[in-house]
Amino acid sequence: MKIRAQIAMVLNLDKCIGCHTCSVTCKNVWTNRKGVEYVWFNNVESKPGIGYPKQWENQAKWKGGWTRENGKLELKAGGRTSKLLNIFANPNMPEIDDYYEPFEMDYSRLQHAPLSEATPTARPRSAIDGSQMDKIHWGPNWEDDLAGEFSKRSKDSNFNGIEKEMYKEFQNTFHMYLPRLCNHCLNPACVASCPSGSIYKRAEDGIVLVDQEKCRGWRMCVSGCPYKKVYYNWESGKSEKCIGCYPRIESGMPTVCAESCVGRIRYMGVILYDADRISDAAAVDEQGLYNAQMNIFLDPNAPEVIAEAKDAGIPDHWIIAAQKSPVWKMAMEWKIAFPLHPEFRTLPMMWYVPPLSPVQTQIDQGKLPTEADGAIPKAEALRMPAQYLANLLTAGDEAPIIKALRRLLAMRSYQRSKHVENKIDTVALEAAGITVAQAEEMYRYLAIANYEDRFVIPTAKEEYHQEDYYAFQGQMGFSPGNTTSPGGDGVSLFPVRRSRTTVPVEFVPPPRRKDKV
Amino acid sequence: MNLHDFFFGVYPYLAGTVFILGNWLRFDREQYTWKSDSSQLLSKKYMRVASNMFHIGIICIFFGHLGGLLTPHSWVLAAGITDLAHQYMAMILGIIFGLTCLTGGIMLWLRRLYNRRIRATSRLRDIFILGWIMATLLLGLSTIPVSWGHAGHNDPATMIALTTWAQSIVTFSPVPAAIAGVHLAFKVHVVMGMTIFLLFPFTRLVHVWSVPVQYLGRAYQIVRLKRVLAR
Repeated sequence: MKIRAQIAMVLNLDKCIGCHTCSVTCKNVWTNRKGVEYVWFNNVESKPGIGYPKQWENQAKWKGGWTRENGKLELKAGGRTSKLLNIFANPNMPEIDDYYEPFEMDYSRLQHAPLSEATPTARPRSAIDGSQMDKIHWGPNWEDDLAGEFSKRSKDSNFNGIEKEMYKEFQNTFHMYLPRLCNHCLNPACVASCPSGSIYKRAEDGIVLVDQEKCRGWRMCVSGCPYKKVYYNWESGKSEKCIGCYPRIESGMPTVCAESCVGRIRYMGVILYDADRISDAAAVDEQGLYNAQMNIFLDPNAPEVIAEAKDAGIPDHWIIAAQKSPVWKMAMEWKIAFPLHPEFRTLPMMWYVPPLSPVQTQIDQGKLPTEADGAIPKAEALRMPAQYLANLLTAGDEAPIIKALRRLLAMRSYQRSKHVENKIDTVALEAAGITVAQAEEMYRYLAIANYEDRFVIPTAKEEYHQEDYYAFQGQMGFSPGNTTSPGGDGVSLFPVRRSRTTVPVEFVPPPRRKDKV
Repeated sequence: MNLHDFFFGVYPYLAGTVFILGNWLRFDREQYTWKSDSSQLLSKKYMRVASNMFHIGIICIFFGHLGGLLTPHSWVLAAGITDLAHQYMAMILGIIFGLTCLTGGIMLWLRRLYNRRIRATSRLRDIFILGWIMATLLLGLSTIPVSWGHAGHNDPATMIALTTWAQSIVTFSPVPAAIAGVHLAFKVHVVMGMTIFLLFPFTRLVHVWSVPVQYLGRAYQIVRLKRVLAR
């Protein structure tokens, strides 16, 4: 057994309202620089839809993640030799138009346009070359709230094995939001794809980072990640990805996306896992993947795990945090959280609670089968096809999804009986296989979602890491290179920055004296 | 000292010194600028053909020059290769890989100049170094008809002169006079080629050093431990 700790996250899709606060806060903090204008470490997609970049889930197209060849795990795009043979031009590399061409609006035009009959407009200008763009074609949530034609949206690969034509009808439409970020996987394909060895997983907290100094821009990670969450910075020529807000995590704070979530849908905590089981778990057959991923996790309350963890140098307060981890509760105790696309075999560490769908009118019309209480619909009867969720979260296995949805519904049914009927009814709970105590706790975590329940993040023991911690004082922050601010306009022997992208700004000339006369 | 002696007796060491010190300093001081600087994200069109042809061509040309110029004469003869066969080999391989590199290079050059996005994000030195390499390559190709003429007269003297000179340079006993009599095309080609080494550390060419061969023998997963192990 090789115990390691991982900072993991659960996203409760049932409560995501698609407000993009997570995306915007993340963008403002981490990717508001030149070269990464098109990059969203965190974005929220509307599902069904093909997403950002286009069709990222379709690995027949992008060849991301892992595949199983004769029971052995191999990178889907090909192993080491094939990576090196394709190094001059990566055949699976997305183009920037698969994300979108970054742009700025020509707002100065609104102020400075000459007097005219028509209202002046602020047209988009490319942030790459400054030229005027006719149209914006794509974005991090282009299919917002099911925008666009069904024929295009339904290329979504989660429709595999579903008769999707009936969902074209307005009355059968279903919709959900999917916030996405780097999964900080246990078996990351980006790390495995990097020829330079610049991407690594941190042993202490499992955060996956790109070493900016060591990255040579071979861009195999961009295509290797099946979630397309490693991005190429075209200005710096290096790859960048979600850094798990590690400066915040180290000081015990949740990531910016989790902290700023207005719907309180995000939960962060420590998971202990056995690193020796990774390669076996990632190589089981598709139907077994969800269970295999759970089997890697170790019970933080088991005495032998605690002893083993202490032996491995995991600090005590990390073990306590693991015992209080909301992720452990939701994924392992209640089994209501699932990994995103386990069939990519990267063992992702961002897990998702499947959403329930609104059906009230249909129940009132007596059209939907309900549970024994007559008020809560059966999980199978929900608007969203369980198969769709299963394709998203369990590699196609509907059973665990239905079970989770029934638990979420049973918790509601129980609370309804308690608060509306004033008569406690546990029939639904028993049917779903949860106790009253569990239902109360689920209610506290899911409905109330207190800050201290959602985020149980131990601080990093920095004093363990430094041989001489006084020597660490006064060192530079997170800027790469030799200066505290990368680039700059000074003369440099070695090229750092490209020439500035020129976005022409029109200035109104000051009135000349002659004109006044 | 005349100009010939400067270019073929001093300039090689000038270029070599800047090459070694420049690369060393940049690697040591400016890791963040050490990269291939790929522009594939911005435009993928024709990249597979162009980039592969250019790279394969130029790598073969480099090793061709290295082997052809620096292998001691006695070794070549010992391997059973006559001077004339050596020259024909150089010319034929030069034509094959020269044209491969040229085709790919021209495609990349056109892309760099005329692709809206690539032009806008190109540094002056990106455009310049590719142009310089192309010019050197064209000059190199232009020497082939001259060599072919020599070979037709069973005269490997120019080739011998060039190898002698090159070996005199790398053994630190420069004999610029060795190539005093060769055709001007060779001389200009050699000077331009040495200039590539001079410019090398200041351009994206540094990525050549970082060929990731270690990847072939590496475990897929990399985990870094911050903790000092001795507790």
